[in-house]
Amino acid sequence: MSGEYDVAVVGGGLLGSAIAWGLGRLGKSVAVLDEGDIAKRASRANFALVWVQSKGLGMPAYTVWTVRASEAWGQLASELKQQSGLDVCLQQNGGFHLTLGEDEFGQRSELVTRMHNQAGAADYRMEMLSASEVRKSLPLIGPEVSGGSYCPLDGHVNSLRTFRAFHTGFKAFGIDYFPDRPVTAITKSGGEFRLTTPAGEIRAGKIVLAAGNANQTLAPMVGLHAPMGPTRGQIVVTERTVPFLPHPLTTIRQSDEGTVMIGDSKEEELDDRALKHSISAVMADRAQRMFPHLARLNVVRSWAGIRVMPQDGFPIYDQSETHPGAFVACCHSGVTLASNHAFDVARMVAQGSLERELVGAFSASRFGGASGANAGC
Amino acid sequence: MFKRSEHDKRPLVQIFVDGVAVAARQGDTVSAALLVSGRDARRATAVSGAPRLPYCMMGVCFDCLVTIDGVGNRQGCLVPVTEGMQIEIQKGKREIGK
Repeated sequence: MSGEYDVAVVGGGLLGSAIAWGLGRLGKSVAVLDEGDIAKRASRANFALVWVQSKGLGMPAYTVWTVRASEAWGQLASELKQQSGLDVCLQQNGGFHLTLGEDEFGQRSELVTRMHNQAGAADYRMEMLSASEVRKSLPLIGPEVSGGSYCPLDGHVNSLRTFRAFHTGFKAFGIDYFPDRPVTAITKSGGEFRLTTPAGEIRAGKIVLAAGNANQTLAPMVGLHAPMGPTRGQIVVTERTVPFLPHPLTTIRQSDEGTVMIGDSKEEELDDRALKHSISAVMADRAQRMFPHLARLNVVRSWAGIRVMPQDGFPIYDQSETHPGAFVACCHSGVTLASNHAFDVARMVAQGSLERELVGAFSASRFGGASGANAGC
Repeated sequence: MFKRSEHDKRPLVQIFVDGVAVAARQGDTVSAALLVSGRDARRATAVSGAPRLPYCMMGVCFDCLVTIDGVGNRQGCLVPVTEGMQIEIQKGKREIGK
């Protein structure tokens, strides 16, 4: 026997929850060690896109991984609904990135060309559309919209409900969820991991570090490497309005219940308890230039969240060479990749080895320094 | 359900609710005028469509949302009536252009 659990997942956000849920689905006994309500939790601050376009410039394997996730999301949504009764409102009918003025249109066109020219990347049919072509799908765009890029694989989801559905699933699978248990130390002896928390020790045969930006400090405890470079993002939310936006945009989406979310800022500041109104003002201004009728709506909420972000922007999946059975998983796109985490990464953790053809490119060995057993693909 | 005090001698103000003339009194809020009008003033909520009437009457509960002079999602309990004001009972989410 190796510990009281098959697997301990460190981190109960969207990424850790997806992996834990996937392990429970495979019949494993799982403990999830989470922080508390005031954790810097991207799972509650995100923009909820299931997004493909423009992902993976500089790492073709990331486009393949992202397209795979997009294609598996339908199955995830359907399994979550069957199990929890919660409809996560997955909508995957294509998404836009709109541009204002000719300069932005030119820059976006160049990006699309570079994506197309990248060898080894999945072709996700991203294309540039003129303003009049965009208007056929989004009739309410304003006169400053010069066009935009479109990708038929893009979509969005109710990410808060997805988060809740995973946690509802924990109960059905018999997964033990422990809030207020930040892990302060990890050791391995006699084939089992011992995780120290303020409320006692947890033992498990395997561990998955899924603690977001905190992976940077946890990973070295078990011979892993997870260099992170978090940024802050702000979101502005309007009151509910009748459905007007049939496709999500990179910067604007309308939720299933009618609110309009405006997002996509990026700041160096890492305090999520405050936000800069000057940045919200630019976001709101751009949104109303894209859709002039938004100017009439009241803003009802805004918040700042800290992005989980590996240093080069691409995901990290690794297993420790010095501490076999210790895995690390971190990525920016916890919503988009949730399906891969629930199905693929959970399967790999359960079998005790990462599948190089799927995730070999994501070893942290690419950063130099300590390397995991996932290198070499 | 509600009726005015006989001692209420404030001047009359005419407003229109879904196009129908309604007599209010100077100093009424839109919500008070709707509640005492005897008309069915129930809005429909934005998500489930549940019927609701003004509740807290002090700007907190947002159950009095109503379209006033073409502007949706106004809190009727915070807006005093004015002569000729056009009120629409709001059914569901705020509409585009309102």
